[in-house]
Amino acid sequence: MKGRFGRFGGQYVPETLMPALEQLERGYLEAKKDRDFRVELESLLGKYAGRPTPLYFASNLTKYAGGAKIYLKREDLLHGGAHKINNTLGQALLAKRMRKPRVIAETGAGQHGVATAMACAVLGLKSEVYMGTEDMERQKLNVYRMKLLGANVLPVSSGSKTLKDAINEALRDWVTNLSTTYYLIGSAVGPHPYPTMVRDFQSVIGKEIKKQMLESEGRYPDCVFACVGGGSNSIGSFYPFVKDRDVRLVGVEAGGTGADANAASLSFGKEGVLHGMLSYLLQDEDGQVASTHSISAGLDYPGVGPEHAFLKESGRATYVTVSDSEALDAFHRLSRLEGILPALESAHAIAYALKVARKMGKDKVIVVTLSGRGDKDVEVVAEREGSHI
Amino acid sequence: MSDISKVFRSRGDSGVLIAYMMGGDPNIDASYKLAKAAISGGADIIELGIPFSDPIADGRSIQAASVRALQSKTTPDDVIRVGTKLKRDFHIPIVLMTYYNLVYSKGIRNFFDAMNKGQIDGIIIPDLPVEEVHLLREQAGTKSVDVILLAAPTTPSQRLVKIAGLTNGFLYLVSVVGVTGARSEIKDASLEFVSKAKRLTNGRVPLVVGFGVSKPSHVSRFINAGADGVVVGSAIVDFVSSLKESPNLFEEVEKFVGSLKEAARLS
Repeated sequence: MKGRFGRFGGQYVPETLMPALEQLERGYLEAKKDRDFRVELESLLGKYAGRPTPLYFASNLTKYAGGAKIYLKREDLLHGGAHKINNTLGQALLAKRMRKPRVIAETGAGQHGVATAMACAVLGLKSEVYMGTEDMERQKLNVYRMKLLGANVLPVSSGSKTLKDAINEALRDWVTNLSTTYYLIGSAVGPHPYPTMVRDFQSVIGKEIKKQMLESEGRYPDCVFACVGGGSNSIGSFYPFVKDRDVRLVGVEAGGTGADANAASLSFGKEGVLHGMLSYLLQDEDGQVASTHSISAGLDYPGVGPEHAFLKESGRATYVTVSDSEALDAFHRLSRLEGILPALESAHAIAYALKVARKMGKDKVIVVTLSGRGDKDVEVVAEREGSHI
Repeated sequence: MSDISKVFRSRGDSGVLIAYMMGGDPNIDASYKLAKAAISGGADIIELGIPFSDPIADGRSIQAASVRALQSKTTPDDVIRVGTKLKRDFHIPIVLMTYYNLVYSKGIRNFFDAMNKGQIDGIIIPDLPVEEVHLLREQAGTKSVDVILLAAPTTPSQRLVKIAGLTNGFLYLVSVVGVTGARSEIKDASLEFVSKAKRLTNGRVPLVVGFGVSKPSHVSRFINAGADGVVVGSAIVDFVSSLKESPNLFEEVEKFVGSLKEAARLS
């Protein structure tokens, strides 16, 4: 079957959707070859979203760790505050090219929903965003942001009322409204061609890291760190380095509060099929999808992109976990030392990178992808620490 | 020839009625009684759902049924057991319907061994595409369980012919572009899809229509349009959600299935 990464990936969807996936793949391959499409996307990424993002040498953080030089890839400085816009601009442009006037999306923390609403607003498309009612309660600010940007937020109260259920509902909507609707998936997950397409749109991160690293250090980094929920910012950071075998690639999953409450599919899950893909999945002994936990809503997902499953199995990338409290420590550390509030998702990558950097020589260089800014998490952090805003 | 094929072979001028219920909804004993009632009402084949946490092909009724079944701690083994008992007691074909992860997680070989041992006749996996069926059959290690494939109104003609060539027992025609669930009306497009499938398959495989078939009048229209059978699911499941476990439930379902069977006779 096509769209495989080793044995992972595939298209495990109802028959009704198969022709739509075929059409999407064709549409995407044509767009990729079309010079006008590439020029328009590049211009949007540059003039609207704010690319390229800086590769910032974090000297205070480096001094604190006392080992390898630490660079941060500043995806938090993008329009909307996260890497999500790289993908939503690409796919919304594709939706327009495929003449689908209505775009649907799912969102967990709300970041992908906001990025979808922005891309659709600027390109004149109608957007509707599925969101679990539990997440809507946790992320009220983003719900209102989406509304202000013209998106219609559709509450999902089935199942665990979180991201995975929002994806289920978006798939049900898509299967019902195929002719008018484009489903804009927010991570490198789902049936083929989504994992490949989202990776391609996010690979701009890794390509820029390469170029900027050569400019500032004259060589590639020894190690690249990124957080992994569905895995879009990480696959975007890793993919351009896959063939550069000297560059270690480390994905950091949400370890939650331990082996019983986490969202670390690659570390604690086993192979399974969810949302159209064969990958690693957190599930019980019967194969029912497990409930997950992470302090960061953006990592709170029981599955993971199939290309990560492949990179893990082939040994090309390593996957580790960081707990809620370690992530929170890193959140504070970066805020105090560098004046950067990281998203709690990205704080996971920072936390692990600090542990590793400490043990590395001063001649070594590492890059951490800072996938988003932490303004959205201020309320969660405050509440956890006993203050109320 | 499989027991499922035999039912179609001997159907005469009546369409085959497949009654769907969710295994374990509201509990596993009730499922047995519900199937018994449906069989008394005239169901020719029983289709038992195995509840899954993330049923993407299902609408509200069957989603709610999955939740109820999982709340009563129903496992895939429980549903296979009740299917086995039904087969033994009533000698009619039993088909399971569930999502691929439950099969994959148990191990394809183990899952099919369990079905085989329990004399279960077939399985429908709505999120398993035709491209994967060879692999499934290879790993299943048995030919006595029919793997029933689906075709949809969006399926191109050439692909439909391919699917029809690979399915066992019957071809499941998804009548609508959408998810499962009762509908008040049948659209002309659904009837046209049946005619198209009939033309393309030319009697080589029985055609069964499901998704949205919820009233006697629907049954009658699909059978008269050339379908060999129908699946009625959400409409039966809705009885469970409204009547719970009251004694009326089984009576009402028997009566309802009786009216569907009546409508399945060719006019």
